[in-house]
Amino acid sequence: MIIPFDIILILFIFICAIAAITVKDLLSAVMILGAYSFFMCLLWTQMAAVDVAFTEASVSASIGTVLLIGAVYKTKRRSKD
Amino acid sequence: MNDFVLGHYNYWMFIGLMMIGFYAMMAKKNLIKKIIGMNIFQSAIILFYISTSAKRGGVSVPILEHAAGGHGSHGVDVAHYANPLPHVLMLTAIVVMVATLGVAVAVTLLIYKRYKTIEEDEILMKIKEGSSAPKELVDVRSQKDSIKLRTNIEYRTRNVEL
Repeated sequence: MIIPFDIILILFIFICAIAAITVKDLLSAVMILGAYSFFMCLLWTQMAAVDVAFTEASVSASIGTVLLIGAVYKTKRRSKD
Repeated sequence: MNDFVLGHYNYWMFIGLMMIGFYAMMAKKNLIKKIIGMNIFQSAIILFYISTSAKRGGVSVPILEHAAGGHGSHGVDVAHYANPLPHVLMLTAIVVMVATLGVAVAVTLLIYKRYKTIEEDEILMKIKEGSSAPKELVDVRSQKDSIKLRTNIEYRTRNVEL
C-alpha cells in the first residue's frame, strides 16, 4: 500500500460517489458512476486484488454502464432531484 | 484515538460510501438514481471484504513464487501474499451485482412503459388517481383486437363471396 496514492484514490472515489447521486442529468450520473467503478478498480489493484480488479473493470464498469445508458435512452434523461 | 481513526481508515471509507448509497436509495425520487445508489452500496460492501485481505509492506498478489523450482529449502510464507479467500468470494458478489442491476433496469423499463414516468412521487400519484394508465392500455389493446377481428371477418366473408 502506498499511502499518498491511497489518499488520492479515496478522495476521487468520494467525489465521484457524491457527484453521481447529485447530478440532475441522468446520462452524466451514469458516466460518473462508470468513472467511480474504474477508480474502485485502481484501489483494488493497489490492494493486491488483481482478479477482482479486472472482473470489476470488465463486468461492472462496462456492462453495468451500458445497461444504464440503455435504460436512460429508453426513458427520460432529466431527473428532478 | 488518532491512531484508532487513521489505522482503520478502510472502515471509515466503507461506512461513508455505504451511507452515500443508502441515502440515494432512500431519499432520491428518481428510479435510475436509486439504482445508482444500490450500485454504490454493493461496491462499498465489496470494498470492505477486499480491504480485510490487504496487508501492508511489500505484499504481492497471491501467486506463488519459487513454487516449482524450490526443493523444500523454504516454505511458503503467508505474510508475503494477500489473502485470496475474500477475493474469490467477492468475484461472485460482483457477478451478482451486475445481475441485480439488470433486473432493476428491466423493472424500471416496465414501470416507464406503464406509467410514462420514472419519478417515484408521480408514479404514486398516478396509482392513487385510480390507475388511469393501465385502463388506457387495456382500451388500446381491445381496440386493436376488435380491428383485427373485424378485418378477419371481412376477409372471410369476401372469400366466401368469391
